[in-house]
Amino acid sequence: MTVDMSQFYEVFFDESEELLAEAEHLLLGLDVDDPDMEDLNAIFRAAHSIKGGAATFGFKDMAEVTHVLENLLDRIRKGEMALTTEHVDAFLAAKDVLKMELDGHRLDEDVDEAQVAEVQATLKSLAETGGVEIKAAPVAEEPAKEAPAEAEETKAEETEQAAAAEPEKTETTAATETTDDGPKTFNIALPEVSDKDLSNLKDELALLGDVTTSQDANGKHVIHLKTDDSTESDIVSICSFIVDTDAMTITLAGAETSENTESAAKATSAAQESEQDPGYGFFDDDTASEGAAAQPEQAQPAAPKANAEKNSSDAGKVKVVGEVGYGLFADGEKDAKEEGYGFFAPFKPHPDAAQEQLIGDDTKPTPENSGEAAKAAETKTETEGKPAEAAKPEKERRKQTRRANDKAASAETTSIRVGVEKVDSLINLVGELVITQAMIEQQVNQLDPGVFERLINSVGQLTRNTRELQESVMSIRMMPMDFAFSRFPRMVRDLAGKLGKKIELVTEGAATELDKGLIEKIVDPLTHLVRNSVDHGIENPEDRKKAGKPESGTLTLSASHKGGSIVIEVTDDGKGLDRDKILAKAQSNGLAVSENMSDSDVFALIFAPGFSTAEQVTDVSGRGVGMDVVKRNITSMGGSVEIRSALGFGTTISISLPLTLAILDGMSVALGHSQYVVPLNLIVETVQPTAEDIKTVTGEGHMVHVRGEYLPIISLQRLFNQSTDVTDPTQGVLVLIEAEGKKSALFVDRLVGEQQVVIKSLETNFKKIAGISGATIMGDGSVALILDVPAIINMGQTTNYVTGGAAFTQAPAPVTNDIVNA
Amino acid sequence: MNTNIETATENTAATTPAVSAGEYLTFVLGEEEYGIDILKVQEIRGYDAVTQIANTPEFIKGVVNLRGKIVPIVDLRIKFHLGNVEYNEFTVVIILNLNGRVVGIVVDGVSDVMELKEDQLRDVPSLVTNIDTKYLTGLATVEEQMLILVDIEKLMSSEEMELIDTAVH
Repeated sequence: MTVDMSQFYEVFFDESEELLAEAEHLLLGLDVDDPDMEDLNAIFRAAHSIKGGAATFGFKDMAEVTHVLENLLDRIRKGEMALTTEHVDAFLAAKDVLKMELDGHRLDEDVDEAQVAEVQATLKSLAETGGVEIKAAPVAEEPAKEAPAEAEETKAEETEQAAAAEPEKTETTAATETTDDGPKTFNIALPEVSDKDLSNLKDELALLGDVTTSQDANGKHVIHLKTDDSTESDIVSICSFIVDTDAMTITLAGAETSENTESAAKATSAAQESEQDPGYGFFDDDTASEGAAAQPEQAQPAAPKANAEKNSSDAGKVKVVGEVGYGLFADGEKDAKEEGYGFFAPFKPHPDAAQEQLIGDDTKPTPENSGEAAKAAETKTETEGKPAEAAKPEKERRKQTRRANDKAASAETTSIRVGVEKVDSLINLVGELVITQAMIEQQVNQLDPGVFERLINSVGQLTRNTRELQESVMSIRMMPMDFAFSRFPRMVRDLAGKLGKKIELVTEGAATELDKGLIEKIVDPLTHLVRNSVDHGIENPEDRKKAGKPESGTLTLSASHKGGSIVIEVTDDGKGLDRDKILAKAQSNGLAVSENMSDSDVFALIFAPGFSTAEQVTDVSGRGVGMDVVKRNITSMGGSVEIRSALGFGTTISISLPLTLAILDGMSVALGHSQYVVPLNLIVETVQPTAEDIKTVTGEGHMVHVRGEYLPIISLQRLFNQSTDVTDPTQGVLVLIEAEGKKSALFVDRLVGEQQVVIKSLETNFKKIAGISGATIMGDGSVALILDVPAIINMGQTTNYVTGGAAFTQAPAPVTNDIVNA
Repeated sequence: MNTNIETATENTAATTPAVSAGEYLTFVLGEEEYGIDILKVQEIRGYDAVTQIANTPEFIKGVVNLRGKIVPIVDLRIKFHLGNVEYNEFTVVIILNLNGRVVGIVVDGVSDVMELKEDQLRDVPSLVTNIDTKYLTGLATVEEQMLILVDIEKLMSSEEMELIDTAVH
């Protein structure tokens, strides 16, 4: 069985993107003076996971950047360095570079190499400057730890510390160690672990001190940790990411030494017998030590053994050296192995894959690392078939970090990735189910409750279940606006920093849910608007002071549901739009304008294409840049944009988007034989007017007098040319609707009931109909139309023939008389 | 009364693209027999209650719920001025899938699915009819019956059917 690795690219890309976003989020929330350890760890884990993935898939560039990033982060999280704002800035820059590289791989976008190099250099120099004041040991350790072929490196450390190049599986080393010197040595007896976990563990424990491993007679691994100041709980917390800590025993060395030595001796002989390759080869040492009987076919790997032999002089260190197809990614040439393990064979690196460079090489030249560097160099000469090899430990790492991430994530949210079309079809199916269920219910309700009691009860249960099912399915596609808003803190921070402004970003209604597709589409226009506000709306601190405003400007992003729409607003308390200047500019641009235009019409001029280059108009300079694009994007989503502004006080740009797929709280109203749905939140109230409440103007314009207000009556039957028996408003119901600041009274036959409906687009298979914003399917399977309240109010005001008044005057005599006389 | 074919004297441009042979679904409108490309047909169902839509032409009957989709229904009998427009248990709706857009057409009855060979096909002469002849791809003779072949996709997406927003795109 072979698996095409390329199918995992997408997963990696998605995952990386999420991790980057998370890291950024955490970075922005970081308190420089007193950073939360958990956050630092989470950022570290994110960087680490990306690095692992990148190396696995052969994205060398990303692995390099994350590598340096990780180095620095590691120092900080271990408290070797104090976190400074430069660090945060550098991390953010690194995040950008990674995103760029990610997009580079994913979408074939251009990658700015210079920027990559710059960020890497910054990170490195930061890591170095901090490194000087720090005790030697960890510094020396780090580069080794971070190097890509981590397993090897770990071993390199071991060798360094256990002077002789002994096969590390023998307890003898450990025994010597325990008697060594002051620092404590812990023996950590592990439950059965895979080799990759073992090597991960060693990597992690290396953070605490020097590590060696051995294997007891049962094939279980024992890790020996020599450390100055770590405690048992440190070890447990580290190990808990990888193994079940309950199954692990930690003892302070000394007590067990003799036993250890004994078992070690056995282990040694076993090891030698099988010439097993201790830290590597994924499964083969399990096989060897736990008895080849278990999985005979796994004993096959001739190649690894040969290799181990070849490198035997290098002791436990670099046995994998030159072993291209080791472990997971068996290479074509290792056919024998492939039989045994070929899960992913043959692995074809991504076109961008690093071919020979050892990731982490860059640590070598730094002065502090020189000692390490020599070692690394040695390792390097020994290591030949690196890509696959590097990939392997990285893969392990990745798994390990994923586990770590899972732990971290369990506190937050876990998610799975599902194609949108699957969700959509699920939603449709559930919709069908609901309708079928409603039909059954109708039938059942006609049965005799005495005879069919149990059936009726069951159907009642079914009804509740279906409703719940529908609700939860509906919520799948909806995402909180936070997904769009979350990117702005960073942008505003950067922009404000660049422009020397002080800006506080406030987000409201981030929990407002919107269809995922729309959220994705709204990001670009929103970005533009935010940028404009920061750049041109909010003034410099000095100017603000002069104007008597607080130095720090406020930029508010808000989202809310209004009627069948979601309204997203970008508000700043900056200088506002200058009506006169816009008018002047428009005139000079040859646009048809007049002094009498309303403010909103004037402000709307900045959306005009060509107006965008209004550089000379200082107050609005740039305000128009790309605004026509913003407008076009929003219009293409079926939304609208509105600007409210007061000179000197600020500007609000309000985007109103329809909910394509959303649940709407609606009021069903009846008109003749049809039912219509009026969005509930646009209904102010419903009244049954008395004859005295109905007023006319010149005998035509019909109005209703409600609570001191005169509201125009719009007759739905006239609007939709639908016949109905109820022709007198006093016989029917007036639904007072409000949209865009205008109120009207909609005259319908009667109210049917309040219900949640699923908005379905009419336009999918049909076209837009004036006065109708969509359709929905009612419980009985029939289609009801959803009224477009703002449009209806406008129709009532602008188109005379459909207004209540006009309709009645043109209507046949009886109707007219009824009303006029009323 | 039901003739929609009259000889044309003026210059009606009868562009008749080459008719392609293939399988056609034939249906009856009044006394005329029509054929449409079978591949455009999604399903055939009976006529259900439709939800009327205000301010639309008479031949657009309204919309129905087709397994969760809102699908407009057009009565071709009204559009073509053919047949007695009545809705009973024999009234048939052909659901078309035109490049992802689902539309239903009401016809008097579905007759057959038949394969037409090149030699059975004839060009449409210049005519004045109730619909533009550019939507007719050809004529065929099957057992002495004339079959009118319609490019249903073109017809349904045309402006005169008023099924699609033409202003926007």
